[in-house]
This record gives sequence, C-alpha cells and structure tokens, in this order.
Amino acid sequence: MQEHDMSWVRTEMVLAQPAPASVTGLGAWVRKNLIASAGDTILTIVGIALVAMILPQIINWAFINAVWTGPDRTVCATVAQGGIQPDGWTGACWAFVNAKFGQFMLGRYPIEERWRPILVAILFVALLVPMLIPKVPRKGLNAVLLFFVLPIVAFVLLVGGMFGLPHVETSLWGGLLVTLSLSFVGIAVSLPLGIVLALGRRSKMPIIKTLCVVFIETVRGIPLITVLFFASVMLPLFLPEGVSFDKFLRALIGVSLFAAAYMAEVVRGGLQAIPKGQYEGADSLGLGYWQKMYFIVMPQALKLVIPGIVNTFIGMFKDTSLVIIISMFDLLGIVKQNFSDANWATAQTARSGLIFAAFVFWLFCFGMSRYSMYTERRLDTGHKR
Amino acid sequence: MASQEVLREEPSRGSFINDPKIRGIFFQVLVVVLLVAGVWWIAHNVIDNLTRLRIASGFGFLKGRAGFDISESAIAYSSDSTYGRAILVGLINTLIVAIVGIITATIIGFVIGIGRLSQNWLIRKICTVYVEVFRNIPPLLVIFFWYSGVLAVLPAPRDSIGLPFGSFLNQRGFYFPRAVWGDGSWLIFVALLVGIAMAWFVARKARQRQMATGQQFPVFWTSTALIVGLPLLAYALSGFPLSFDYPKQSTFNLTGGFQVRPEFLSLYLALSCYTAAFIAEIVRAGIRGVSAGQTEAAGALGLRSGSILRLVVVPQAMRIVIPPLTSQYLNLTKNSSLAIAIGYPDLTATAGTVLNQTGQAVEGVVIMMVIYLAISLLTSLVMNWFNAKMALVER
Repeated sequence: MQEHDMSWVRTEMVLAQPAPASVTGLGAWVRKNLIASAGDTILTIVGIALVAMILPQIINWAFINAVWTGPDRTVCATVAQGGIQPDGWTGACWAFVNAKFGQFMLGRYPIEERWRPILVAILFVALLVPMLIPKVPRKGLNAVLLFFVLPIVAFVLLVGGMFGLPHVETSLWGGLLVTLSLSFVGIAVSLPLGIVLALGRRSKMPIIKTLCVVFIETVRGIPLITVLFFASVMLPLFLPEGVSFDKFLRALIGVSLFAAAYMAEVVRGGLQAIPKGQYEGADSLGLGYWQKMYFIVMPQALKLVIPGIVNTFIGMFKDTSLVIIISMFDLLGIVKQNFSDANWATAQTARSGLIFAAFVFWLFCFGMSRYSMYTERRLDTGHKR
Repeated sequence: MASQEVLREEPSRGSFINDPKIRGIFFQVLVVVLLVAGVWWIAHNVIDNLTRLRIASGFGFLKGRAGFDISESAIAYSSDSTYGRAILVGLINTLIVAIVGIITATIIGFVIGIGRLSQNWLIRKICTVYVEVFRNIPPLLVIFFWYSGVLAVLPAPRDSIGLPFGSFLNQRGFYFPRAVWGDGSWLIFVALLVGIAMAWFVARKARQRQMATGQQFPVFWTSTALIVGLPLLAYALSGFPLSFDYPKQSTFNLTGGFQVRPEFLSLYLALSCYTAAFIAEIVRAGIRGVSAGQTEAAGALGLRSGSILRLVVVPQAMRIVIPPLTSQYLNLTKNSSLAIAIGYPDLTATAGTVLNQTGQAVEGVVIMMVIYLAISLLTSLVMNWFNAKMALVER
C-alpha cells in the first residue's frame, strides 16, 4: 500500500449543530403555521379579526357584565325595562340559573324528598367512576351492580311507594334527572336489543331476517318525534280499555326502540368487518351459535365499532331533549318552561338559560366522545401495522 | 336463531330436536304465531277503543273542513280548506326547509371541513371549536337559541335593523325586496332552460373531443356565458319586465317586500349550523382518506395544485364522502320535524294538529310515517344514483 497524506480526512466526528434559527422557536412556528404564504397571511388576518370581534364580546357578556346572584328580574333588566342595570347593558343573567338550579336538576320533585334523587346520583357516580377506570379490579361485580342492582334501587328510591317512602309521580320528575334516567335506560336497553336485531338481520332464517330488516329500516326512516307521537298517541289505543301506563315509561320505550334500530346498523357494520375465517374457525372448534358469537365474533366486532356505538349514545343523549314535544320536561324543557316565569322575564333570561343547558349537554357529550377515543386507543390491539 | 347451533350439514342423529332445519322452521313458526297473535290482540283493542270513542276509521276525514289556520303556506290555503290540503301544506313546508337547509349545511360543512385540514393553525382551531361545539349539543337547543335567544330579542319593527339591498331585520323576521315579474317574463325562464340545456350539450361535446383528440375547451366560461347571458338577453328583449317591491317602514310595521318569519329563519339556521358540523367531519375524513401518494404521484405527473385537487383528490374523496353525506341529509330532513317546538307548520306539526282535531290517531301517524319513509327512500335513491356515478370504475 502506498503512503498517502490523509490529513484532509477528518479523524473525529463534528459535533451536532443546533438547528438553524429559521426552523426553531416561536418565529419559525409562526412562519410555518400562520404566514406561510400570502393567502395564508390573509386567512390569519381574517381569523384574528373574527376572533377579536367575537371573543371579547362573549367574555364581556358571560363573565364581566354578568349578574351572578339576585332575587328577581330587576338585577338582569335595564332601567328602561324596569330593572337596575344602566341602559344599553347586556350580560348573562346567571342569577336566573342560580335561582332555578334545583328545578333545572330535578324538576318539580318535592323539596323534602330531593335527597332521594341526590342519593341515586351519588350511587350512580360511585359505581360509574370505577367502571370507567380500567385499573380498578372486579369489573364483573361492578357491572352487575351498575346495570342490574342500581336500576332496581333507583326505581325504588325515585318512584317510592314502598318501604315507607312516599310515592312520587313521574309527572313531577324533570330536569337533568329525566335526561339522565331516560338516556341511562335507553343505553342499557338499546345496546343488547341492537345486538339481537343485528344478529337477526344477518340470520339465515328468512322470516326473522325480514322482520328485523323491516323494523330497522322503518324506524331509521322516520323522525324520533313521530316515534314519540306513536308511543304517546297510539300505545294507549293498543291496550285494552282501562289499562294505561305511565307517560315516562312510554317515552322510555320510544327512545329505546329508536336507538336500538340505529345501534343494530352500527353493530352490523362490525359483524361484516369480521373475516369469514373467524366464523369458520369457531365452527371448526365445535362452538355453538351463541358460544361462537359470545366468545369469538362479538368481542372483535364490538371493539371495531366503539366509535359508532358511542356516537349512537351521544345521539340518544341529545335526542332525549325531544320529549318536550310530548310535554315532559327534561333539562332543556324545564329551562324553556322557566322563560315564562314573569318573575325572571328579561331580554337576557332565554339566552342565559339556554347557554347553561347547552353547557351541561356539551359537557356530557364531549366527555363521552373523549372517553370513547381513550377506550379505542386502549383496546387497539393487534390491528397495528 | 339457536337453530344455527350446528352448522354442519349432516343427517340428524337420534332425536329430530337436534336437526337445525327443523329447529329453524319451528322457531320461525313460533315467531309468526306470536306476531299474528300480538297484531290480532292489538287490532282487537284498537277497534274496541275506537268504537268506544265513536271514531270512524278510514281516510275519509281528509276531505273534511280543516278549520285551523296555518301561518306559512306556499300554496293557497285557508281554514276552509280540507284536512288533506293542510297536510300537503305541511309537507311542502318540510321540503322547503329541508332543501334550503341541505344546501346551506353542505356549503358551511365543506368550508369548515377543509378549514380543519388547513395549514393555518388559527383557521384550524376556529373550525375545530365550531365542530366540537355544535356536535355536542342537541339540535332542539340550537333551534331554541336562535328563536328565543337571538331572534326574539331583536328590535321591534319600528327600529328595524337596515341591511344592504333594502332588506330589514327585526323581531318579526327578515324582510327583503320581492321580485315582481311583469308581462313577458316567461321568456327569461325559457332562456334560462335553453341556456342550461346548451351548456350541458357543450360540456358533453367538449368531453368527447378531449377524449378523442386531447384538445381542451373552456367549458366553464362558455357555460357561464350561456346560463347567465341568455336570460339577460331575454330580459333586455322582453323590455325589462322585472321590478322589485321594497319593504317600506311605516309607523308600527314594515309593509311590502318578502317576509321570512322567525320560525322558519331559526329552524333553517339551526339545522344548517348543526348539520354542517357533521358534514365537516365527513369531508375531513374523506379528504384524509385519500392517501398522500395520490397527491405526490399527481404532482410527479406535472399537475398544478389546483388540478391535483380537482382531478385527483376530490373525485376520490367524494367516494368516501357520499354515503355518510346521504345519511346526514336524511337526518336533516328528519330533524326538520323539530319545527313543531317553535310552531313552524311542517308536516309533523300540521299532521299533529289534524290528528288532535279529528282523533284519527292511527291514520295520522300512518300518514306521517309513510310520507317520511317516502322522503327517506327518494333521497337515498337519488344519492345512490349519484354514488354509482362517482364510484370507482375498475378496468
């Protein structure tokens, strides 16, 4: 080998240089995300103008100018309207929400009996929270308590009439109590019923298949209001003379059947996504139909359609607000009913009440959708590529 | 269903109880018997109840005098009209709000959906907030918000808010100039139809020529010229027959012009805003569903970014978008039945009034169901046809 002067070859590695200032830091972030091109800059300016126009108004209205406590409408009305606020004042009337908070939560439930729904709520939260946290053990017992024991306890506590508890008519129920109990029962009924309907729709027995298809497609084709009409106007006609059942129960049946049809389609999507090999594999192991479904198909299919199932739950939660049409008062209904309270009628009352109701609905729905995303990530096993 | 416990096709061993076919037949017969018994029992009860309440069944009541007024009607209607006509008025109102709402929701939805994919951080966040807010509150609440929270607290007609083009906004709704078509204005409509037909013809020819020779033809500008120019020409030829009736402010009310009532306005705005949030999510999913390789390959072929979007990304995204978009359109149509809560006379509201007045509960609910099912079916058919046209043609 010939001797070469290798002095121009570097013998040690150069230290890593920091990234150039043009691609790091706030300035680069702004350049990349806000003013990447001329069009982008215009969009940013329009966006800033939009935010600058709307946001201060909202903050002003909801917090700075808002009235938080007060005995009656005078605190939320301008002088010209017979109140104490200066003319031209606009602000949220949280005093209205504050004064009516008990009603918004429980409706016209008798004041001295209100500990009962509150106790049910505490039990519900106490059972639901450990159910939702994956690390807490004894899920089976928890589920039995939540889905079988709690409804019975809740029924006894809320309706009363036994164990020395005075009877409370369901027509006195209202507010968030109605919203939550309708959606809880709706969820608990519609999921199993939806699964059965979906299996029926994929059944090889022609009559059962036809019945399921007709039911699902009919219910999906009509608005919930029509179903509620059906439940409130036609069910009494279907029963023998003298037999009648509670309006609350009728709404429950309507909402559950409606949600079940949508749930069936979601579950069917999951069933179709399971490869044929899984069914055949289960058959070759000698599993029966229900065993095959319970151990092999359903766990995979339901996992695939978690987002769809939760979307149906969210839809149902929002749809419970429609019971106002058959004159029951859920959260939205009771808020709206209170607009006509002469004691609180101001220009700001409707807006404040509705925004409060919207916030409560939003909190529940957003929570559900976020929890479903978390579950989806947690259960996402074996599908990663 | 338990009949499928054994799927192996083999002769039954021992007792016939274990034969899947026999069990299948048995269970189906059982279901049919139960169903028939249930329907019979219900029918029996219904007949009993109806005779007790002295209600004649059948659809004869549709010819009776309605006796109630409807605040908004696209066709001639008075309280002397028949029940059938009242339901027809409701149906037309439902269709009007559904069609206008679908168009607006699609436009807002596409803008917000594309905004959520924007490179611009601020625009992306604004669109996300919009979607997350409207997706998570009930549509009925949005309707009430527009109705009692916004429109009801607008100034009285005396202090109407003036808007451009001679339109006004106040408690009683939105007023804008009404077009008055004079003599000979039919010519304009004929010209419009001719223009559309010619534009379609030109587009077809241009496409054929491009397929055959590769030469392009400015279809868009030609079509615009035809569709806009021909009616304008007809307008000029027939002696400018169009005039406007402007709303005028008098002491207590606005007179003249065309009034859009707050009931319609709040229903329309609420349904559009609410459904747009869902459409935005669908559009976003559709565009993200087209793999980045498609965009890059199109770029490698030398297409400009506008052409990439128009010729490569959008046609593929549409395939993902159309089926869920159809169900959103159906949802909007079904949600229009919430009109009853604020007193806009849609199908559910008028049919509900008829139902209460006549006591014909069974017939009323059946009419509602049949009409909504028909609307759903028609929309599905149209969208399926459109979907089939857009579907991937594999060679």
